[in-house]
Amino acid sequence: MPRFRFKERSVLPGFGLSLGYALFYLSILVLIPLSTLFWKAGSEGWPHFVNAAFSPSALASYKLTFGAALLAATVNMFAGLLVAWVLVRYSFWGKSLVDALVDMPFALPTAVGGIALATVYGPNGWIGAHLAKWGVNVIQTPIGIVIALIFISLPFVVRTVQPVLQELDAQLEEAASSLGASRWMTFRRVLFPYIWPALLTGTTLAFARAIGEYGSVIFITSNIPFRTQITPQLIYTRLDEYDTAGATAIALVMLVVSFALLLFINALQAWSRKRMRG
Amino acid sequence: MFKPAFPSILFFLSLAGGALSGCATQSAGNSNSNAKAAGAPLKLINVSYDPTRQFYADYNKAFAAQYQAKTGQSVAVETSHGGSGKQARSVIDGNEADVVTLALAYDIDSIADQKLLDPNWQSKLPQNSSPFTSAIVFLVRQGNPKQIKDWGDLVRPDVEVITPNPKSSGGARWNYLAAWGYALDKWNGDEAKAREFVARLYKNVPVLDSGARGSTTTFVERGVGDVLLAWENEALLAARELGRGKFEIVTPPQSILAEPPVAVVDAVAKKRGTETLARAYLEFLYAPQGQELAAKHGYRPRDAKIAAKYAAQFPKVKLWTLQSKFGDWKSAQKTHFVSGGVFDQIYAPGQ
Amino acid sequence: MNDSTIAVAAPRPMESEKSRSQNRAAVRRATNEPVGVQIVLIALALAFLGLFLLVPLAVVFAEAFRKGWEVYRASITSPEALAAIKLTLLVAAITLPLNTLFGVAAAWAIAKFRFKGKSVLITLIDLPFAVSPVIAGLIFVLLFGRQGVFGEWLMARDWKIIFAVPGIVLATAFVTFPFVARELIAFMEAQGTEEEEAAMVLGASGWQAFWRVTIPNIKWGLLYGIILCNARAMGEFGAVSVVTGHVGRTNTVPLQVELLYGEYQFAAAFAVASILTLVGIVTLIIKRVVEVRAHSQIKAGSG
Repeated sequence: MPRFRFKERSVLPGFGLSLGYALFYLSILVLIPLSTLFWKAGSEGWPHFVNAAFSPSALASYKLTFGAALLAATVNMFAGLLVAWVLVRYSFWGKSLVDALVDMPFALPTAVGGIALATVYGPNGWIGAHLAKWGVNVIQTPIGIVIALIFISLPFVVRTVQPVLQELDAQLEEAASSLGASRWMTFRRVLFPYIWPALLTGTTLAFARAIGEYGSVIFITSNIPFRTQITPQLIYTRLDEYDTAGATAIALVMLVVSFALLLFINALQAWSRKRMRG
Repeated sequence: MFKPAFPSILFFLSLAGGALSGCATQSAGNSNSNAKAAGAPLKLINVSYDPTRQFYADYNKAFAAQYQAKTGQSVAVETSHGGSGKQARSVIDGNEADVVTLALAYDIDSIADQKLLDPNWQSKLPQNSSPFTSAIVFLVRQGNPKQIKDWGDLVRPDVEVITPNPKSSGGARWNYLAAWGYALDKWNGDEAKAREFVARLYKNVPVLDSGARGSTTTFVERGVGDVLLAWENEALLAARELGRGKFEIVTPPQSILAEPPVAVVDAVAKKRGTETLARAYLEFLYAPQGQELAAKHGYRPRDAKIAAKYAAQFPKVKLWTLQSKFGDWKSAQKTHFVSGGVFDQIYAPGQ
Repeated sequence: MNDSTIAVAAPRPMESEKSRSQNRAAVRRATNEPVGVQIVLIALALAFLGLFLLVPLAVVFAEAFRKGWEVYRASITSPEALAAIKLTLLVAAITLPLNTLFGVAAAWAIAKFRFKGKSVLITLIDLPFAVSPVIAGLIFVLLFGRQGVFGEWLMARDWKIIFAVPGIVLATAFVTFPFVARELIAFMEAQGTEEEEAAMVLGASGWQAFWRVTIPNIKWGLLYGIILCNARAMGEFGAVSVVTGHVGRTNTVPLQVELLYGEYQFAAAFAVASILTLVGIVTLIIKRVVEVRAHSQIKAGSG
């Protein structure tokens, strides 16, 4: 019977030191601080937790936050696939510049993104002025939230789909086309089955990033309960109302959702790697 | 033979150096607060609410000059601004403020609940510890195109009202209570009618910013809404400085007497050894020079002489106190603004 | 089973790059879309990126310089702005070495060894990335606030964490926690363990193998990880906003942007924002360089 071994044998040294330090730092900076959420939420008792975490305004904020994040992630799923496709498959002037630009929301502070979007899409802004003529109001509406979330989660789908597209075996497509399949048919039947795990991973990442967003949204909408109040704003408001336990309860709900999403993403990746190999 | 990887080593060394110098600066920064050597300016921290920024910028200079002339001690006052509730929260969570100058007594009461200052703080300084008052007025666009004259006009279906969120803004709570009080007077104290009136008013609010400053930006810079409910000083600032000739102030026939209070945070001042200074800082608000500055920045001074001098700036209005209609701040807060209170019910979905 | 992380920018080793691209070009002629469709798709992609990326980016500079160079200069050299810049640099200077050290240690353990629970560890490293910045701030208030777990203990010693620099550093370190580790894990996994093993067999000590084999191999990934971590550290808003007292000495650059924006000083707000935007642009340029270098490095290593 094979003995249980925590670690496989290796000639390289430093496993204990590096893993030990990584776990130590992870614990003091991330795990212990996050565990205080459980401590604080538990300290007021279960009924208080349920009341705070599932009050009408909290429920409305979850609906808005998850809804807007889902919509933004969906827009990015299509747009991100399109951008990745264009960047991998076609050549055009300024392509490498565009490729670099895709990462901008990742490197740009959310507050800067927020004031820029609020100005561009405001009633006097470059784009907002045109939208206003059509009666579309972006600022102070859920549309504005979705736009901010599209902005901040834009790189994820592009950057997860791009490498998969790059590594696609061109012979598959060639075979399909020589068998008389149309381009669209080839895409749907041959390419898409290869891309979709990456596409789903990227979309889920975008969604996970979008539900927690705070900095850019607050410049575009203003915290109206039941209308434009996203969950991070509600947590902040509860804190400012001296209701720390209430803020903690809502934060705990979000933490659990975020963690579940990460587990889902990891499972998805493990599964798609297995599938690629098998 | 191994090639030395000096670029990466240098890189790590510089990072480590950065960390060390960072820590050094940090400890230097901390020790600054208890530097009371002769000649070093004594530091005072005033945690205040949003629209007082310009006022305290001027007042701090005047106070520092006066204090140095009197005691020979130089003073550096640091002021922080933000929503009143947010500011009080930060003091409760450990932000060290020698004095708090907030929008309403409830926020200072909450700090007192944490034993950071005496529960009877409001009786320690004259006039309920409010060195000046303000009224809630209307800021409308030039020429008053919607003809908004009184609180009743705010519930007309064609009027868009801009006011901040009462959950997070102190000024917004005064706005809300002013409207409620008007309705109580109009319908002879009928609470149900008042509730209906305020609910209708908030239906006309397209944007609920988290602070008074945000609402002013929305109304003035973004051009949203027909009327802004604002502190009188904030309205004066907007009308004078932000858009001369673009706005006018409408003072309704009656309004609430807004009393923004001030207090020394005893626990902090004691620890930092700033008790005398903190008290002097607040008392100077009542002195003619402080009163004059307050009037200049649009607050109604308590000092009769200075009030007379600035009478033109402050139109006559029937002002009633919060106590006359709501008892005290604690019960007003409990009825209207806590989670699940009247404001939340008014805002419930499907309404 | 070797688990690799999300690896947004992980370059992959490519065998016989040249013959493959020739092969591909030939195939592409048979499998590409008509030119018309290509143009439409490119136009759609560019329109989307223009609307959501380029225009907001351009507006930052347009608004910053709207009132002229003088106002711009005055805005970014005002005492408040300079104090905010100084604080932001200080916070980044403390956060980066901490997260870099962690990133190197975590990547070494994860990429060079196989052990149980590795995927759980990777998920935990990714966690701060998915947690809302407001929650990141909240947890440090719960720990170090006056009513927090260590509140009384800290008060008794007059140690300030939140509403002071250490709190800002903690919140920033939390939010930027995964970046260096993530980049390095992807890089080190691509490198494999053969080179270090060879060095060890030739008699090098563990440290020698690490410093002279591993570090030179991952230096570009490390550089990008640090630069990205830096951009995020300097730009963090939500988490820092919860733990500062909004006083001059605890105002970072992004908070200064919010403050100026709230005070109707739009030109000044955008002027200060443009500094952060430049940091972001430099980050992207370095990323580009790193990608090119890393690619040639990996090719040279495996060729």
